[in-house]
Amino acid sequence: MPSKNALLTLRFQADPRRLRSVRNRVQALGEKLGCTKQQVTDLVIAVNEACMNIMQHAYKGDRAGRIVLEIRRDGGELEILLTDFAAPVEYREIGPRALHELRPGGLGTYFIQATVDECSYGHLEGQSGNYVRMRKQIN
Amino acid sequence: MPYKIKKDAGFAIVELTGDIDLSCSPEARKVILECLSDRLPTLVDLSAVTYIDSSGVASLVEGYQTAKKKSLEFGLLGVSEAALSVLELARLDKVFPIYASLKERLAKNA
Repeated sequence: MPSKNALLTLRFQADPRRLRSVRNRVQALGEKLGCTKQQVTDLVIAVNEACMNIMQHAYKGDRAGRIVLEIRRDGGELEILLTDFAAPVEYREIGPRALHELRPGGLGTYFIQATVDECSYGHLEGQSGNYVRMRKQIN
Repeated sequence: MPYKIKKDAGFAIVELTGDIDLSCSPEARKVILECLSDRLPTLVDLSAVTYIDSSGVASLVEGYQTAKKKSLEFGLLGVSEAALSVLELARLDKVFPIYASLKERLAKNA
């Protein structure tokens, strides 16, 4: 359930055409919080790539799927939580590729790991769905 | 993603514009691969790209690999700051040949 103290809560469909507006909202929040340019860029990349993973791997291209994004502040950190309601996904199976392997896929998970301080994946309890929780130091 | 293809000095030049994300990267991939399938050395102009995500980068990697298999040239032109930061993150800035402009690329032959 979305928490009352979230700085940003967005509910949107798993439609790639929504990505731009999600990025814009995350960028605006980062700037409002006084994050550095690099921190804002990192937040935008991490959220965009995590949303893409949900669209491609959880909903497998079904644009009707629902995604909830919540961003909260926890001291000097931001906690970013993305929730979907698709069948359980084994995120370990879509881990990052080694950078020396030159192939088109597998960069998204690497980008997430490179831009946030912590990232964890799990399944929702008592209902179908998955979550991605990321944490990033901003001060 | 508005795009333009022009032919200049024997190259196909694909000019991509705006945000290259999952909503348009399949189209970018298609356009790049079509140029290569016409056996044209291909340069992708990223000077007007405001954002590129991993799916957009994957389209460039696929273009690079396809060109290599066909023994065709593939490179990037005028990479914007936003696109360069993502290529650097993926450590691909040292993989793709990158030129400031077509003029710089042509000067290589001079």
